[in-house]
Amino acid sequence: MDRIPILKLGRALLVSIQVDIHDRLAKALEEDLSERIVATGARGVMIDISGLEIVDSFMGRMLDNIAAVSRLLDADTVVVGMRPAVAITLVELGLSLTGVKTALNVERGMALIGSGQYEEIDGDDALEGGDERNDG
Amino acid sequence: MSATTDEVLPIRESDDVVRVRQAVRVRAVAAGLGLVDQTKIVTAASELARNTLDYGLGGTARIETFTGSPERGVRLTFADNGPGIPDLERALTDGYTTGGGLGLGLSGARRLCNEFEIDSVVGQGTRITIARWK
Repeated sequence: MDRIPILKLGRALLVSIQVDIHDRLAKALEEDLSERIVATGARGVMIDISGLEIVDSFMGRMLDNIAAVSRLLDADTVVVGMRPAVAITLVELGLSLTGVKTALNVERGMALIGSGQYEEIDGDDALEGGDERNDG
Repeated sequence: MSATTDEVLPIRESDDVVRVRQAVRVRAVAAGLGLVDQTKIVTAASELARNTLDYGLGGTARIETFTGSPERGVRLTFADNGPGIPDLERALTDGYTTGGGLGLGLSGARRLCNEFEIDSVVGQGTRITIARWK
């Protein structure tokens, strides 16, 4: 069976769903991701769904599950790149994915889950350089 | 309105649900539906195709494009010879499920369409017709 590739970048795992996938592949992704979170100690998971033309209740539930499982395994999940028509349809379907963090694009998604990326190594904000300061 | 050629696709396995989605997308584009309408009918098709597979134990999806005036759109009929739905009203309620799902398939699909018709006979099967037009 095919697998959706999971990439590791720093302390985050990246997944890009680029084609319409069947349910078994979606389930496999859920399992693979939880294993990889534990194996790599990742603190964040970013799922790019910009390639998806639809998100139905099955896929929506999968995204919700991934977010919930990741949270239990000490990782934050962010879903990025949702198309506007997909967002409108999801809400009308009755799924607003309240348990899932979202960001408009990969850059903003990384900012969300990557914000803790250097913390343990550097202790404080010494390396934040050009990043926006977040003193709140 | 005048209907054009029908297309009937089998729904026997998980991959068939993907094929139905893709065929409905092609037809929705051909019918001239806008992007949001396309997305809605394809999403509804996905929910109903999965139901046909999971609850109806397999069946068929008929896809029909109508290009008359004033309405242009896509009509889909999902049919199975499965166990049928004993309590339709409940089955159409948000959050009600006899499987492991969210219980949004039927009720959600109904919200995503302009037309929604369901016939189900216990022990004989279920037939659902939906349409989306512009």
